[in-house]
Order: sequence, then structure tokens, then C-alpha cells
Amino acid sequence: MSVLIRVEEKAFGIADKRTVVLDDIHLDINDGEFLTIIGPSGCGKSTLLKIAAGLDTEYTGSVNIHGREVKKPGISQGFIFQEHRLFPWLTVEQNIAADLNLRDPDVKAKVQELIDIVRLTGNEKAYPVELSGGMSQRVAIARALLREPEVLLLDEPFGALDAFTRKHLQDVLIDIRQQKKITMILVTHDIDESIYLGTQLAILRAKPGRLQRWLPIELPFPRNRTDTSFQYLRQKVLEEFEKTEHSAYTEGAGI
Amino acid sequence: MKTAAYVGVSGQEKTAKVKKTRTIPPWLKGFVVPIIMLALWQYAGSAGLISETVLPTPLAILASFYELAVSGELADNMKISIARAAGGFLLGGGLGLLFGILVGFSRKTESYLDPSLQMLRTVPHLSVTPLFILWFGFDELSKVLLIALGAFFPIYINTFLGIRSVDAKLFDVARVLEFGWHHQITRLILPAALPNILLGVRLSLGIAWLGLVVAELMGSSAGVGYMIMDARQFSQTEKVFVGIIIFAVVGKLTDSFVRLLERKLLKWRSSFQGTN
Ligand SMILES: Nc1ncnc2c1ncn2[C@@H]1O[C@H](COP(=O)(O)OP(=O)(O)OP(=O)(O)O)[C@@H](O)[C@H]1O
Ligand SMILES: [Mg+2]
Repeated sequence: MSVLIRVEEKAFGIADKRTVVLDDIHLDINDGEFLTIIGPSGCGKSTLLKIAAGLDTEYTGSVNIHGREVKKPGISQGFIFQEHRLFPWLTVEQNIAADLNLRDPDVKAKVQELIDIVRLTGNEKAYPVELSGGMSQRVAIARALLREPEVLLLDEPFGALDAFTRKHLQDVLIDIRQQKKITMILVTHDIDESIYLGTQLAILRAKPGRLQRWLPIELPFPRNRTDTSFQYLRQKVLEEFEKTEHSAYTEGAGI
Repeated sequence: MKTAAYVGVSGQEKTAKVKKTRTIPPWLKGFVVPIIMLALWQYAGSAGLISETVLPTPLAILASFYELAVSGELADNMKISIARAAGGFLLGGGLGLLFGILVGFSRKTESYLDPSLQMLRTVPHLSVTPLFILWFGFDELSKVLLIALGAFFPIYINTFLGIRSVDAKLFDVARVLEFGWHHQITRLILPAALPNILLGVRLSLGIAWLGLVVAELMGSSAGVGYMIMDARQFSQTEKVFVGIIIFAVVGKLTDSFVRLLERKLLKWRSSFQGTN
């Protein structure tokens, strides 16, 4: 097991305002797996991911990556936010390098390799204002990858993008996972996306956030959304959703 | 008209072109009123309608400017004035930047320093001029300090504001990327605060210039302000005008310079506007 997430309890607020958001969630993820987490809005997906990243430490439980306990955020837990969060005053290559020195030929070469991987060749010197949402998110992904994280955490990274760009970035992620063998955990509210990308799927239920179902996805890559096996899985996930009391949330499922 | 020839041979087109040449381009329209005013002014002066000690004609002012420029008197006085303004601005602005950063970075220094500084800020800085003269005499020191006092606050406040308005979401990014403290300052906080800091610089320069004018008019033995006061004693009104115009032009030029700096340093804000 490479990533172990144990959340006994996570609550916000104190005294009678206290609400338990996550309750007894255990996730064990093997090296190289792609776990997608899906669940109704407000069930605590982002909270769970922040705990995994070390951005939120006020909970009972523990997060372990390769036997090391995660107590604060850091580069070995790469994090992609829903918005790209680039530094507006840095160019594409400077954003990817961030605190590393671009004049170091080693860094420069790695940055260039990543720019090619996320298909942004030719935009090295552009500022974020000049980029589209999808391009910006690719820069953010390259920025995280440059640090060679042990696990890459993505919180609805493509939620704000149009369907075409989203599909393209999903393929970029699949490419990267095959090239770099990085363990990934991706939160989404799009059932199609969770099946298209994941090798494992966790369905959460709300109030309090609990693990509803854990599902392996054994379809070979590249996947095709119109395959019957894909559609079958999709049906299965939808049924799980309906079992949770918040079945109304399935409208985010896309198509 | 020769220039109209390229338009074509047909008579219709020709008349269209002729009509066009009669309309004034928009950028020229702004000059119409000043030029008419100057012409009237010149006429009134030449015709002896206005006394020359009250309002010298534009040509007289121009002649006076030429004379002062050739004799080197203007350059000498300007050098002294600019040195004073620059000295005061660097002192006050530098301290403003330093305190702005200190107070911006730490809530502790904020709670110790900011209330006092805010209190001082409510004092109109020109009102302490008599006090400064009492303390430091009519020396350079009192002038430079007066300018510095004015220049301090805009930079202080804007630096402080700029640092405090850095997007908290980007701090999370800096934590995830494990920025050291010095990268946190150079890659995150200072660039984010730069638009505010530059605004502070512009405001400070304006106030420094105003402080300079007041300080020099209060009493000095050199500088553009001295030149004005000296000319006033001898009723050389055209020289007074030259001095006032110099103050205006140099003030405008420094402001344009900072704007240029803004456009260069902040091109990441809207690089679509520039042609690079
Ligand atoms: N800082 C906070 N203080 C108090 N409550 C919070 C805080 N952050 C989140 N919550 C609550 O915790 C619950 C889970 O929030 P979270 O953002 O993790 O949901 P989510 O599953 O990511 O939802 P979405 O799909 O809409 O992004 C919500 O009910 C929210 O109101
Ligand atoms: Mg969320």
C-alpha cells in the first residue's frame, strides 16, 4: 500500500454548531493506481483531499505515503486546485519552475519536457492572462509534475472547462499516468469522468461523508465512453447513487 | 490640392475628399481652445490692454525662458530643485516602503506601529512647515525632511495594502510547492503588491513635488522656487511664469516616467494591450 488515508472523524465548528463532515473513511491506494472519488455536493470530497494533501490537519486519523506520515503540505503530495491558481506575474515556464531556477539547464530541460507533455509547446513565454482555462490548468499540472510527487491530488480540476477541453485534458492525464507511473486521486462530480479515468472508484455519501462503495474499474485504456462495458459500469454507479438518500445529485453526471 | 490626387479621377470622389480635408482630426480639437486663448492673450498684451507686470504676453514668457536657458540659470536652479525633491522622495519613500513591508508582513508590528502612523497621517504635512523651520532653520535639511514627510505616507499605506491583499489562495499554492521564505517574498508577495507599490510611488512623487514648491517658496537661496520668489521681488512676472511652467512640466514628466515603469513592470496584467 502506498497511500493510506485514515479519517476517523473530521468535523467543522464547535459545541452545538459542530457538524461531522467525514466519518470513518479508510482508503488504501496502491502505487500507480488512479482513484476517482465521486459523491454528492457537500459530502466532503474537497475536505478529504485537503486532508490527504496535508492542507487540513484538524481531524482525527492519519495519512501515510510510503510509510511517511503527512503532517503538512509539500511537493510529494502534488495538488491541483479547481481553479488553476497560477502566479499571474510569471510566464508559463516560470510558473512551472516556480521556486526553482530556470537558468539551471537541468531544471530548464525538465520544464521543457513537461511543457511538451502537456502540449503547450510554443507558449513558454506567455503570461496566464493570455491563456485559456484549459491551458492554465495544464500549466498547473506541469507545475505539480515537475516536483515528481509520489501522489497527485486533483480536486475537480476540469469542472470549469467545456466538454471538448475536458476530454482533451483527461487524455493528457491518462498519458502522464502511463509515462510517469504516478499515483493519482481525483475528485469529480461527473460519473463519466470517474469511469473514464479511474482504475478504482470510491463513491461517497453525504451527511456525514462515508464511503458508500468501492469499485475496481478493470477496463483497458484507452477507454471508449460508448462501449457497452463502460455503459454497464455507468449504470452500476448510478444505481449506487440512487441508494444514497441524495439521489437528486445525479444531474451532474453528464449526458 | 496635390494630396487629393491619389483618391481618383472621378469628380464625385474629389469633392468627397475636399470635404474631408476641411474637418479637423479629433486629437487636434483639444488644441483649438488653448490656441485661441493664447492668440487672444498675445493680442491683448501687444495692444497694451493688460499691464505687463500683471500678465506678460506668451512671447515675452518664451523669450524669458530662452534667456534663462541660455544663461544656464534655469539649469542650475532646476538641478538644485530636482536634487532636493529626489533626496526627500528617496528618504521618505524608502522609509515608507520599509515600514510598509514590516507592517504588512507582521500583525505584531502592525499593532505596534500602524496606529501611531495613522495618527501622524491625519496631520496635513505642509502645516508642520513652520515647525520644521524653527527646528532646522531654512537649511536644506528642513526642505528635504518636509518633502520626505509627504512622500512617506502614500508609499507606506499602499505597500501595506498591497501586501495584505495578496490572494490567500496563492499562499496555499506556495505551501504546497514548499516555497522558502525568500521565494515567498520575491515570487509571491512583492510581485502581488507591486501594482499598489507603484501607485504609492506615483502619489508620493506628486506630494514630494508639492512639498518642494512650498519649501522653496518659504525661503531659499537657490532652486526654481527661489527663482520665482526672486523674480517676484523685481516684478519680472514673465520669469515667475517660466518657473510655474517648469514646476508643472517636470511634475508631469516624472509622473509619465512612473507610468512607463508601470507599463513595463506590470505587463503581466494585460499583455494583450502592449505590442511588445
Ligand atoms: N471551512 C469550513 N468551515 C465550516 N464548514 C465547512 C468548511 N469547509 C467545508 N465545510 C463544510 O463541509 C462540508 C463538505 O465540504 P466540501 O467542500 O468538502 O464538500 P465537497 O464534497 O467538496 O462539495 P462540492 O462537490 O460542492 O465541491 C460542507 O457541508 C461544507 O459546508
Ligand atoms: Mg469540493
